[in-house]
Amino acid sequence: METMTLAGAINAGLRKAMERDPKVLLMGQDIGSLGGVFRVTDGLLKDFGGDRVMDTPLAESGIIGTAIGMSMRGYRPVCEIQFDGFIFPAFNQITTQLAKMHYRSQGKITLPVVIRVPFAGGIGAVEHHSESPEALFAHTAGLRIVTPATPQDGFLMIQQAISTADPVLFLEPKARYWDKGEVDVEAPFVAEGASAAMSRARIARHGDDVTIVAYGPTVRVALQAAQVCESEGVSAEVIDLRAISPLDTAAVVRSVKKTGRCIVVHEAPTPFGVGAEIAARVSEEAFYVLEAPVARVGAFHTPYPASKLEHDYLPSVDRVLDAVDRVMVH
Amino acid sequence: MDVHGPLSDEGVVRLLTHTGERVEHPAYSRYADELDDATLRLMWREMVIVRAFDREATSLQRQGELGLWVPSLGQEAAQVGSGHALHPGDWVFPSYREHAVAYLRGVDLANLLRIFRGLEHGAWVPDEHNFHLYTLVIGSHTLHATGYAMAMDRDGLVASGDPSRDAGVVCYFGDGATSQGDTNEALIFASVNNAPVVFFCQNNQWAISEPATRQSKVPFAQRADGVGMPNVRVDGNDVIGSYAVTREAMDRARSGGGPSFIEAFTYRMGAHTTSDDPTRYRSKAEEESWAERDPIARLETYLERRGALSADYRAETTEIARTLAADVRVRTKAAGKPPTHEMFDHVFAEPHATVDADRAWFERYERSFLESEGRH
Ligand SMILES: Cc1ncc(C[n+]2csc(CCOP(=O)(O)OP(=O)(O)O)c2C)c(N)n1
Repeated sequence: METMTLAGAINAGLRKAMERDPKVLLMGQDIGSLGGVFRVTDGLLKDFGGDRVMDTPLAESGIIGTAIGMSMRGYRPVCEIQFDGFIFPAFNQITTQLAKMHYRSQGKITLPVVIRVPFAGGIGAVEHHSESPEALFAHTAGLRIVTPATPQDGFLMIQQAISTADPVLFLEPKARYWDKGEVDVEAPFVAEGASAAMSRARIARHGDDVTIVAYGPTVRVALQAAQVCESEGVSAEVIDLRAISPLDTAAVVRSVKKTGRCIVVHEAPTPFGVGAEIAARVSEEAFYVLEAPVARVGAFHTPYPASKLEHDYLPSVDRVLDAVDRVMVH
Repeated sequence: MDVHGPLSDEGVVRLLTHTGERVEHPAYSRYADELDDATLRLMWREMVIVRAFDREATSLQRQGELGLWVPSLGQEAAQVGSGHALHPGDWVFPSYREHAVAYLRGVDLANLLRIFRGLEHGAWVPDEHNFHLYTLVIGSHTLHATGYAMAMDRDGLVASGDPSRDAGVVCYFGDGATSQGDTNEALIFASVNNAPVVFFCQNNQWAISEPATRQSKVPFAQRADGVGMPNVRVDGNDVIGSYAVTREAMDRARSGGGPSFIEAFTYRMGAHTTSDDPTRYRSKAEEESWAERDPIARLETYLERRGALSADYRAETTEIARTLAADVRVRTKAAGKPPTHEMFDHVFAEPHATVDADRAWFERYERSFLESEGRH
């Protein structure tokens, strides 16, 4: 076991994947000598050279489009989009090309491309640097979407994403980059079933009265809320989804069947979001055990506000507790 | 009159005039000299066959057998000429109108119509022909071609020391596609990476109803100047010229000289697609003036003058084209709806719970009808 930050753990995971498979390449803006604006690729240029850690022209569509071409020849490009708000120039390549190629070629072309995106807010950044666009992509068949909440998961899940045959959008909660945790760096990597493993939700905390579903940056918020609940005599179970596509519905339903209550917490705006999807699935599969309507705690239907306002915009521990109160009255 | 713009004749390389005269060009005649009468005859035959196929597809659409057809009419020389400059190991990234290139790469043309009959999205195995699937999102594939070329370079297929092994990529797109961000990004990525890719722009003068002057003030080849990429304009209705410029550019790509840009100045003699109505935006007179510059006719005139096109060869060609068109017709009409479950196949390469659940639901749903009819 080693203590690492999330950023450091993803860096270590990238390194492992590159050592294991010479076809793994990194592409992105400022990922070489700078090591990425968050230093997630720090040191990799020095150790793997410019052919494997490529600083690209400043064009997101170009990055994903050329990564598609390279992966057609068996390469496994791991692309970094510098910030969530800058993925949109590549939206076409991701949704009409990357996500559909396996389907439209009837399985003759596989594109094992990983797109790493520092996402979500809470760091006091300027406009376009704090967004949570996961629902926009979750609506697209052909893309897997995962997000690690802990250094251990960051280390393992980036390797699992890279070894997956499908394109993976790998969302890194940037506000958690500096959170520390224990990482088992020596555990042997199991490629078999890696894609299923990274999509399996994790019970981050066991409880009996209410299920709080979270992912990425809100897992910590949910855990903090659960702690407060405990002092107030409410036992909350926290589920870390890990994957948004595919969603581990079974894990959520299993928990809700035990607790009878469900709250979903994400930073993305609530309308048409992942929480709405979970609420629908829970009502389809666990309707008769529900003690209360499924509650959603997320951002509002506004653009991401100026950073001095972001702590009112983002789902805070208090807002989660407010939702707990609402579902517990039933 | 467009004097210096994308509809001008400025700087156009031409080795065969529209009246079928073979003319010289200081830089390109040497490639033309590689084409003996037998090869030119074959090119003529291929153009005739693809045109017959194209006609057949149009009539199949008219009869309701295809949902849509995208004619290649008028662009046969640009496609056959450039296609002849390719080696088996080279890769082609087409847009959606490159039926003649598909034919040269050995794609079964009857199968190709499955796309337009609504049976599948991609109707051939790209690896079997080194011919990628058609791409309908304008310009998107220019980046795939560039990335593919970058990968070929890494794989040691460029300037390997064994020219028979060296390979490159050619990417086809239209004049409208040059306005797309992706196409411009592709030029940049190709240029800074010295990727072995040839950008082959068929300037057929129209992007549906928009004339090329809506896309550019200058000939399209000049776009490449901005990224320091060698470029050339060629008469796209001259099969010999189209061969020569592509031959040069592909050689450059394979030998490590990097990317090139070719603008083949041609004309879309037909409608954009069978859903289009060109009478709304262009004149009969324009169409007639380009009919006089028909790419097949000029090669035919040239070959006939040389006595290189025998009556037997012509008859045999007519017969091949007729047989192919008949085969296409029969097989297209016989091709029935694919089984519904195919809709769920290959969404992902590995199992995905959401798709699996959808598939299972749909199977139950379909079974429920059989059960209610007592047919289970
Ligand atoms: C991104 C995108 N926008 C619009 C369309 C609709 N569309 C299909 S073909 C076409 C014109 C393309 O013109 P050009 O690139 O010159 O090629 P051509 O069809 O003339 O061969 C348009 C606008 C599309 N397919 N993709």
